[in-house]
Amino acid sequence: MLLLIQYTLIFSSVLLLVALGGCFSEHSGVINLGLEGIMVIGALGGALMMRFVPLTVSPFVMVVLVILGAVVLGVAYSTLLGVACINLKADQTIVGTAMNMLGTAAATVFVKAINTAANPDDVSSTIQYAEAKKAFLVNIGGFEFNWFMLIAVIALAIAYVTLYKTKFGLRLMACGEHPQAADSVGINVYKMRWAGVLISGVYGGLGGICYILAGVSEWRFENGVAGFGFLALAVMIFGQWKPTRIALAALLFGLFRALSNVYFGFDFLVSLNIPGSIYNMMPYVISLLVLAFTSKNSRAPKAEGIPYDKGQR
Amino acid sequence: MKKNLLKNNAVQSLIASLICIVLGLFLGYIVLLFINPSGAGGAILAVIKNFLNSTRANLRMKNFGNTLVKTAPLLMCSLSVLFAYKVGLFNIGAAGQYVAGSCACLIAALGWGWGWLPCLLFACVVGAVYGAVVGLLKAYCNVNEVISGIMLNWIGLYTTNMILASVKESTSNYTLHVANEAPQAILPSLGLGKLFNNNQYITLAIPLSILLAIAIMIVLDKTKFGYELKATGGNKNAAKYAGMAEKRNIILTLMIAGALAALGGAFLYQTDYEQWSVTQSSVPGMGFNGIAAAFLGGLNPIGTIFASYFIQHITNGGAYVDLTKYSSQISDLISSIIIYLCGFVLFIKYAINTGIARREEKQARKVQAEAAETEKGGDA
Repeated sequence: MLLLIQYTLIFSSVLLLVALGGCFSEHSGVINLGLEGIMVIGALGGALMMRFVPLTVSPFVMVVLVILGAVVLGVAYSTLLGVACINLKADQTIVGTAMNMLGTAAATVFVKAINTAANPDDVSSTIQYAEAKKAFLVNIGGFEFNWFMLIAVIALAIAYVTLYKTKFGLRLMACGEHPQAADSVGINVYKMRWAGVLISGVYGGLGGICYILAGVSEWRFENGVAGFGFLALAVMIFGQWKPTRIALAALLFGLFRALSNVYFGFDFLVSLNIPGSIYNMMPYVISLLVLAFTSKNSRAPKAEGIPYDKGQR
Repeated sequence: MKKNLLKNNAVQSLIASLICIVLGLFLGYIVLLFINPSGAGGAILAVIKNFLNSTRANLRMKNFGNTLVKTAPLLMCSLSVLFAYKVGLFNIGAAGQYVAGSCACLIAALGWGWGWLPCLLFACVVGAVYGAVVGLLKAYCNVNEVISGIMLNWIGLYTTNMILASVKESTSNYTLHVANEAPQAILPSLGLGKLFNNNQYITLAIPLSILLAIAIMIVLDKTKFGYELKATGGNKNAAKYAGMAEKRNIILTLMIAGALAALGGAFLYQTDYEQWSVTQSSVPGMGFNGIAAAFLGGLNPIGTIFASYFIQHITNGGAYVDLTKYSSQISDLISSIIIYLCGFVLFIKYAINTGIARREEKQARKVQAEAAETEKGGDA
């Protein structure tokens, strides 16, 4: 039971972080379908830190460096979306999809190159970080507390305050609802959209490194992040683009994702004799059902997905 | 005045695609330089040359055939993406529909002993049903087709692994060889294999996929149904106002798209070129590469034939890369860069058009100035 709670919390943290990233980007008016790619690249940044920073540094320094690595690469990668969708007015769906493919392909190529350089016989795309990972964990009576659970809560608070209580957040949301009106009162729509995209890069990168730290101590980059970026988008839609509701939605989805990791720990679930694949597909099935029921009255930002053209009023 | 060739839409699409390819290869080259400067040029050349890397002529022909074998399913996937995109739908679920089709044909062939045609048709039907789910969700529940498509990709993958576990080899995680266990389900070769140094994987699938591409073009351009679909894609509300059943059109489109992608799966697995691994933990890339091919082909069925071949050509070429320096995934990297660049096709066309307009304006001004000049000259 404790294990289930632990996994639920960590997977919810991932979904929460990434969904909040999507939330910022969409509120500014850019649909970020590239979250999955941003997660992979963010995870790569963190994993590289864990591989190359000597284990002699203090756990605190390690945590900070890993987070920094994830955030920097996540933000850098999200600029690909910004340039294409804000400045060059490209199709946001194609660019997002391309970013997802590019993220996995680039990470695989890089990690393989690093592995092969270190050991010519090693052609895997796996990075191991069992030792470095310990910096993130605190054992409280059998419960493995991960610092990312706290980070996710802080991120939620920051997102809530930024969006609803600051001038910046309100302006950002105006750009997603009615950019022409925002522009007419002197808000720079392009700048605001860039801010939204870059913030989604920060959150996406954090979510990525959090995901590969959840439960495993090595990661095969060929696998990407298994549709988690899209699950996060489903969480965001289910949460109606509102941070607090997103948090609740993330908990629900996190629970189903956690079940696939720990179902064999429950006697009654094992006795049902359901194949593991069923548990694996659970989160996706649930999100489809949830989307079917919640998308009808969606409160999506009105101008999302439409490139802003200053000349068009 | 001579009509400017650059103004032609098809020519512009071609130029834009070529720019994407060249830039994509160039950016890929730069990435390789970063990883290992010594072999970057050789690696890119190996990717571009693909089967030409083989030294013996008959082996070259055989490898060329192998590339074609995988081009057929890719072409089907990209036709699926293209068809849906004409109606304004982004069918990223093609990957899942491809998986569903693979599952259907393999279970029908290996489990139930069906012949090749029933297997093919069964794959089609399953794919259509799978596509219809996305369509129904889109039409009646307003679910974004990209997100539902991705979810269905993963659901399809896990379901397929579960179903095909019943027809796997007892010693491995792969499904049984169709050629050994269910030869009746192998697609007829029509003698085409002889052209490619007796490549036994060359089948009906290759010509059939090209015929289907042409059929798609005819449906889209020459029929009322195609016109309605395109109108729905252009403006859903206008189409509804004009009396078209926009909901039905959305569902029908995704059913057809699903059937096309599923046929792709059948085209690959009914040649026994590959076996399905039931422990596969990621969705096969065929559907995603289909997106690349559809956009690279300028969203034109004929262009897509060539684009599919190109994407498959460099994907197979990845196998020839010096593995001590790079991994074969660099071809995935290049094709994903190309898709990213395809997002800019509209921008490139816009740039070409403004360039032409500017030049014409300049010329017009020059002509005017010359006219004024001669008028003056006439006075003297």
